Amino acid sequence: MQVTRAEQPLARDIDKRSLIDARHDRIFQWVLKFCALLVLATLLGAALSTLWGGHEVLFGHSLHFLASDAWNPVTDDYGALAPIFGTLVTSVIALVLAVPVSFGIAIFLTEIAPTWLRGPVSAAIELLAGIPSIIYGMWGLFVFVPFMANVEPALSNTLGQLPLIGQLFQGPPLGLGLLTAGIVLAVMILPFISSVMREVFQTVPTRLKESSYALGSTTWEVLWDIVLPYTRSAVIGGIFLGLGRALGETMAVTFVLGNSYNITSSLLMPGTSISSSIANEFNEAVGIHRSALIALGFLLFVVTFVVLLVARLMLRQLAKREGK
Amino acid sequence: MLISCKFPIRFAAVAAIAVASTFAVGAQATDITGAGSSFVYPVVSKWSAAYAEKTGNHINYQSIGSGGGIAQIKAGTVDFGASDMPLDEATLGKFGLGQFPDVIGGIVPAFNVEGVAPGKMVLDGATLADIYLGKITKWNDPAIVKLNPTLKLPAATITVVHRSDGSGTTFNFSDYLSKVSSQWKTKVGEGTAVQWPVGIGGKGNEGVSAYIKQIKNSLGYVEYAYALQNHIGYAVMKNAAGNVVEPTIANFQAAADTADWKHSRNFNLVMTNAPGANAWPITATSWVIMYKQPKNLANAKVAFDFFKWAYEHGQEQARSLDYVPLPPSLVQQIETYWKTEYKM
Repeated sequence: MQVTRAEQPLARDIDKRSLIDARHDRIFQWVLKFCALLVLATLLGAALSTLWGGHEVLFGHSLHFLASDAWNPVTDDYGALAPIFGTLVTSVIALVLAVPVSFGIAIFLTEIAPTWLRGPVSAAIELLAGIPSIIYGMWGLFVFVPFMANVEPALSNTLGQLPLIGQLFQGPPLGLGLLTAGIVLAVMILPFISSVMREVFQTVPTRLKESSYALGSTTWEVLWDIVLPYTRSAVIGGIFLGLGRALGETMAVTFVLGNSYNITSSLLMPGTSISSSIANEFNEAVGIHRSALIALGFLLFVVTFVVLLVARLMLRQLAKREGK
Repeated sequence: MLISCKFPIRFAAVAAIAVASTFAVGAQATDITGAGSSFVYPVVSKWSAAYAEKTGNHINYQSIGSGGGIAQIKAGTVDFGASDMPLDEATLGKFGLGQFPDVIGGIVPAFNVEGVAPGKMVLDGATLADIYLGKITKWNDPAIVKLNPTLKLPAATITVVHRSDGSGTTFNFSDYLSKVSSQWKTKVGEGTAVQWPVGIGGKGNEGVSAYIKQIKNSLGYVEYAYALQNHIGYAVMKNAAGNVVEPTIANFQAAADTADWKHSRNFNLVMTNAPGANAWPITATSWVIMYKQPKNLANAKVAFDFFKWAYEHGQEQARSLDYVPLPPSLVQQIETYWKTEYKM
């Protein structure tokens, strides 16, 4: 009896404790769930409100809006083709330029640079990521555009004379245009891609690399055959993070793209992008014009979503091929 | 949005006044609100600071753009709206609104051609329209040479620059081109944003002038004060009367003076291509929009008093910010309009 009497309060305490713990756990889970759902709700809310704001154009003339390259605020005739074209082309240029350079930066910092240099260079890259996009825009407009205006004649005279790709480098040397915007975007997304790459390259187990070196591999072979396959999915994730930023970038692009509703084969010609069209015209837009701009915003959602979906599918395909 | 961010000096002045005015608290002050055109924002801010000092009444003006200003006054959330584009009769009638001009600004064609000094190039409306239509592509086109027989014009391609953002500047410029070129009227038309046949778009007056400065052989249009402050080459224009005129305050006022206000109901008139002998052809104004039977009578009275004060005593402030005050003849017509149209 004495024993049970002594045990009983203890058991009760344990019961009580576990009850309280269970409740705390539940509350903690709710809080976490709420945080996660908040993101989802924000995203859905933004997507739905742009869909609603643009419904006049999206549902009224959906085919015309998606297939037309007209943009006429006077007759209220709108098509999204030119902004979508500009958005995709500038983002692709940015990726083509930024990915190899980021790869180089990340390799240099993780494999080759002496330890004392790694800190300052990494800090510099992170600082680059912290520069507001309007500063890139100003720099682009006042420094880079005049520079490009001097470079572009040389481009048209050399690359522009080649068959096939020659078409990409035709036109007057304005300094503004798709190519300039793509290069400025490349500088902007460089820090994002390279810092992700650097982080994941550091996670590669040293014994893997050292084994490879022991077998007589060169640095390049270690990188290409050991480091990159080990980190592939994270590297692709980093690239798409950069792409996502390039697709939505507004101010810097507005300054250097030329803001002209054009679909051209030449990268030296001015164009427009979804976000820069919105930034340019939203202030004074009324009626259908406003609806068309909000519909453009919705299309940016769709474009970004499709791009991310493609990234996911690519990763899955890669995983399958590796037999995972 | 005729001028968004005109130049730092103006902003610094506005900011300083805004700070000063927060400390000047008047007795029995009535606070009224207005919203709309960013073109008038600097001058309205300056006026309202001086007006608050004198009367204690504060004018709270938000430069949210003309479209926003029109929406706000229609919804009745502000005491007055301001727009760079006049409302038409139907809209005014439907909502019971009236409108009147507040201040004048000028728009000038600006260029960057080596060896041609500011004010030395002569252009006329038809030529300007053809350039913006893409029909005239070279600086040494016979049409331009004919207007400038003494200038040495290069055989270079003209890079056309326009505004990329919706703006009152574009509205007045495209309205002018519509008046002087039937082809422009049918192909492009007028609006705060239009479908430009050629050219590149700069954001704001500062964007357009940056492009003009950087791109050789370019031609654009900017607000007059902006061309002046940035030392950009501006052209002189052949006006409707056939005279070559300079962009000056006197010539802007001549345009406002000779525009046919008498035959326009509710000041629904864009005064580009005005007939006066000295009238600058691309002169612009902005309109204040108010209910003819205001919901809040006390506030409306303060608003009228404010604009009356601005017409009579705000001229120096307007000039110091490179705006042009309304000529006395127009002020008189506006005051008559208030008496006959507004139920106070």
